[in-house]
Amino acid sequence: MKKTIRRGYLVNTAVLVAVYILCVVLANVFSEVSNFKLILTPSIWQCCYLIILAASLNLVLGFMGQLSLGHCGFMAIGAYTAALISLAFQRAGVYDEKSGIVFVLILFLCVICAGVLAAMFGVLVGIPALRLKGDYLAIITLGFGLIIVNVINNLPFAGQNGLAEGVASSSLYQNGLGFGTTAKVTYLWVALAVTIICVALMFMFIRSKYGRAVRAIRDDEIAASAAGINTGYYKVLTFAFSAFFAGIAGALYACSNSTLSTASFSFTNGSILNSTFVVVMVVLGGMGSLTGSIVSAVIMFVLNYQIANGSWVSSLPGFIQGVFTYPMLVYAIVLVIIIMFRPKGIFGTYEFSLLRTPGEFVRWIKGLGGKKKAKPEGKEAAAQ
Amino acid sequence: MSEVKREDTPVLETRGLGISFGGLKAVQDFNIKLYKGELAGLIGPNGAGKTTVFNLLTGVYVPTEGSVLLNGEVLNGKKTHQFVAAGIARTFQNIRLFKQMSVIDNVKAAFAKDIKYRMGAALFRTPAYWKAEAAMEERALELLDIFNLKEFANQSASSLPYGAQRKLEIARALATDMKVLLLDEPAAGMNPTETAELVECISIVRERFGIAILLIEHDMSLVMKLCERITVLDYGQTIAEGGPEEIANNPRVITAYLGENDDGEDGENLA
Amino acid sequence: MGEFLQTLFVGLRLGSVYALIALGYTMVYGIIRLINFAHGDFIMVGGYTLIFTVPLMTAAGMPAWMAVIIAILVCALVGVGVELIAYRPVRKKGTNMTALITAIAMSLFLENLAQAIPAIGPNPMVAGTFFESGGFRVAGVTLDYTTIYTIAVSAVVMLLLYVFTQKTKMGRAMRCVSEDKSAAILMGISVNKTVLTTFAIGSGLAAVAALMYIAQYPSVYTTIGSLLGLKAFVAAVVGGIGIVPGAMLGGLVIGLVESFSTAYISSSLTDTFVFLILIIVLLIKPAGILGKNVGEKV
Repeated sequence: MKKTIRRGYLVNTAVLVAVYILCVVLANVFSEVSNFKLILTPSIWQCCYLIILAASLNLVLGFMGQLSLGHCGFMAIGAYTAALISLAFQRAGVYDEKSGIVFVLILFLCVICAGVLAAMFGVLVGIPALRLKGDYLAIITLGFGLIIVNVINNLPFAGQNGLAEGVASSSLYQNGLGFGTTAKVTYLWVALAVTIICVALMFMFIRSKYGRAVRAIRDDEIAASAAGINTGYYKVLTFAFSAFFAGIAGALYACSNSTLSTASFSFTNGSILNSTFVVVMVVLGGMGSLTGSIVSAVIMFVLNYQIANGSWVSSLPGFIQGVFTYPMLVYAIVLVIIIMFRPKGIFGTYEFSLLRTPGEFVRWIKGLGGKKKAKPEGKEAAAQ
Repeated sequence: MSEVKREDTPVLETRGLGISFGGLKAVQDFNIKLYKGELAGLIGPNGAGKTTVFNLLTGVYVPTEGSVLLNGEVLNGKKTHQFVAAGIARTFQNIRLFKQMSVIDNVKAAFAKDIKYRMGAALFRTPAYWKAEAAMEERALELLDIFNLKEFANQSASSLPYGAQRKLEIARALATDMKVLLLDEPAAGMNPTETAELVECISIVRERFGIAILLIEHDMSLVMKLCERITVLDYGQTIAEGGPEEIANNPRVITAYLGENDDGEDGENLA
Repeated sequence: MGEFLQTLFVGLRLGSVYALIALGYTMVYGIIRLINFAHGDFIMVGGYTLIFTVPLMTAAGMPAWMAVIIAILVCALVGVGVELIAYRPVRKKGTNMTALITAIAMSLFLENLAQAIPAIGPNPMVAGTFFESGGFRVAGVTLDYTTIYTIAVSAVVMLLLYVFTQKTKMGRAMRCVSEDKSAAILMGISVNKTVLTTFAIGSGLAAVAALMYIAQYPSVYTTIGSLLGLKAFVAAVVGGIGIVPGAMLGGLVIGLVESFSTAYISSSLTDTFVFLILIIVLLIKPAGILGKNVGEKV
C-alpha cells in the first residue's frame, strides 16, 4: 500500500517535471516561430489561469458542495493587486525593462501578494457568507462578487478603463506587468511553474485531513459536526484557500493581458471570464474531480478558441456558424444536457491518475466492446 | 435506583435540563447521571422528546434551562464539535454517513481533531503528515475490524448494507475518542439477525472502550436486555427511572405507552 | 424638499417594477425552491415582444400598451417551456445545486439565443412611447403619467395576486404545494399542473414589468434582464423569498435604496448599496424581513 503511494508520487512528480522541462525547452527552441509565439504561447497562458481558476472553484463547489457565484471577484482582486504592485515598482524605478532577476522576483512577489490579498478577502467574505447555505450562499457570494467589481471600478487608482491613474484605456503592458508576445514566451516558464505548483498544492489539500473534513461537510454537515469537525472553520478556511488560488489566477490574467478592465470579471457577460463560465467548467469536468477541472478547462479553452478562430468553422452550414457566433449559447445547452444525464459532471468524482487511468481506460474500452450500453457503468466501476 | 458499581463523579450529568420552542416545553427538568462503563436507556412514546434530549446533549440545540456537565465541567453554550471534542459522540436516528466517501474515510474524518499536523505539513507533505496519516490509518482499520467492516474499507459508504451502515456510524462516533456515546435508535429498521449482531457490537464496545452509553430505543426487548438503568420520558418529562424490571412494572410507564385516553400521538414532531 | 420628493417617486416607480419581477422569483421559489435565474430574461423576452407587437397594435387602432397582452402570453409560454424542457427533468434527478446551475444555464441560453436571432441581434433596440407624456405637479415636482401608471398597475396586480393565492382553488393548491409537496399529492393536487401555472403567472408578471420598465427607459437589449433580474431577486430575498407580500416590501426597499443612493451618495456605487442591503438583511435575518427561520431537522 505504502509502496504504491510512494510510486504514485514519484511518477507524478517525474511526469510534471518532464512536461515542464519540455515546455521550457520548446519555448526556447521555437521562440521565433510565429505560430508558437502568436498563438500557442498566449493559449498556454490562458489555459494556465483557467486551470487554476476552475480547480480552485472546484474546491468550494465540488469538494465542499457550496455554490459560490462570486469567484471571479477574487480573481479581480488578484489581477488588480498584481498589476498595481508591479506598476508601483516600475514607477519607483526598481525595474525598467521586463527582464532580469529583479523583475522575476517582483513577478513572483506580485503573484503571491495577489493570492494573499484575495485570500484575505476570502476570509472577510467567507465568515459572514458561509453562515448561509445552498441558495442563500449562492446569492450572497454573487452579491459580494458584484460589490468587489463595483468597488474596484470606483477606486480612484484602479478605475474602470485602465490602470494609469484614471487615464482611460491606458494599456497596462506599456506601463506595468502586462506581457507582450515576446515577454509571454520568455516568461512561459513562470506561468507553467505557478500552475503546476498551485494544482499540486490543491491536491495536497484535498488529500489530507482538510480534504476529508471538507468532503464530510459536503456529504452531511450535521454529521460532520457530530464527528467533531469544526464546520465553520473548515468552510471559511477552504473558501479562503480557494480564493487564494483565484487571486493567483488573476495575477496570471493580469500578466497575459495588455489591459485590465473590471468588465471581464462581472457575473455574466459574453466573455470567457466570468463566474458563470467558471461554474460551467467545473460542472463539465466533474464536481469533485480536480483533474476533471484541468481537463475541462483546457477543452473549454480549445473549444472557445476554435469556435472563434478555427478555419473549419467557415465550412459549416450557415445556421451553425450563426450559433457559433455566440459560444455561450452552445455552452448553456451542453451544460443543461450534462446536468440532466450526469448530475455530478462528466467525470464525477473520478480523478485521472497516471498509474491507474491507462489500465482503466483499456478495461473501459473492452467493456464497451462487450456491452454497448455499459458506458457510464463501466467507467464508474473502473473508478473504484 | 439499581445497584451499579459507580465512581464519585458521573461522566455525564444533566441538571434540570430543558428547552422550549416558542412556549412549548419540549423537554423539562431532565436529570440524568451516567457513570463510566454504564449502559443506560432512554425510552418513551413517539414525540416524548428523546431525540430532543440528544440534541441538547450534543449542542445541536441550546438549552433554555439547566445544564449539561461532562466530568463535572459545564458544556453550556458550546457548539456541537466542541461537545464532541469534550467527549460526547452520537449516532443519528436516520443514518447520516458521509455517503460519497469511502468507509475508511468516514472513520478518518472523525479523527480530525486528534490529528495535529498543520496546513503547511499537509501541503508540503512533511514527515509529520506521513506519520500522522499512517497512525490514523492503523487506528481506523482497527476500529473497522471491531465491527467486521475492514473488508469494505475502500468501498463507498453508501454501498454498504443497512446494518453495516449503522455499525459504521457507531465506528465513526467511536473514532472521536469519546467518553459518552449516545445511540439514537441503533436498531431501527433492522431485522432480528442484524439486531442480534448490533447487540453483540454494543457489548464489545462497552468492554473494549469502557465508556458510558446512553441509548434511545423503541425495541423494548433490546432495552430490557442491554440497559442497566432506564429513564422514561413522556411529554418531555421524566416519568420513571430505574432498572428494567422496575420500569416494566411501573404503572405510569404502562399508561404512557398504552395510553388511558386517545391523545397519545400528540407532539409527534418534537422528537 | 423637491429633490427629496422626486427621488421618492423614482424610488417608488423602480420599486414597483422590482416588486413585479420579484413576485415571479418568489412564486417559483416558494413552490419548487429554485432560484429561477432565467426569470430576468423573461423580461427581455417581454421587452422584445412589445417592440415587435406595438406596431401591429397601433396599426389595428388600439393603444400601444395593449401589446402587453401578447407579451404576457409569450412570456408565459417561454416560462412554461423552460420549466418543461429544463427544470423538470433536472429536478427529478439532481440536487438543489444542479437545479440552480441549470437555471443559470437557461439564463445564458435565453440571452445568447436572442442575440443569435437575426431580427434581434446584439444591438439595443428602441421602443416607442406607451403612455402620454406630461403629468401632475405635486409640491413643485412633476409626477408623470408613466410613474403613476407603474405604481398603480403594480399595486393592482399585487393585490389581485394576493387575492388569487388566498381565495381561489388554484391559489390554495399553490400554497399547499409550497408547504408540503407530498401531502399535496395525497390531497389530490396535481403538483405538475400547479408548478406550470406558477411559472405561467410569474412569467406573465415579468411581461407587465417589462412594459413598465421600457415605458420609462425605452431601450431593449439582450442582457436587459440580467442586472434588473438580479436586483429584483435581491428584493425578493430581502422581503423574504417565497412570500408574496415580502416581494412587494422588498421591491420597494430596493427601489428606494437605489434612488436615494443615486441621488444623495454616488450613482456609480448604486449596485454596491443594493447588494450591501442584501448582505445585511441576510446576515441579520437570513429568511428575509418577513420570512420565518426554519432550522434543519436532526
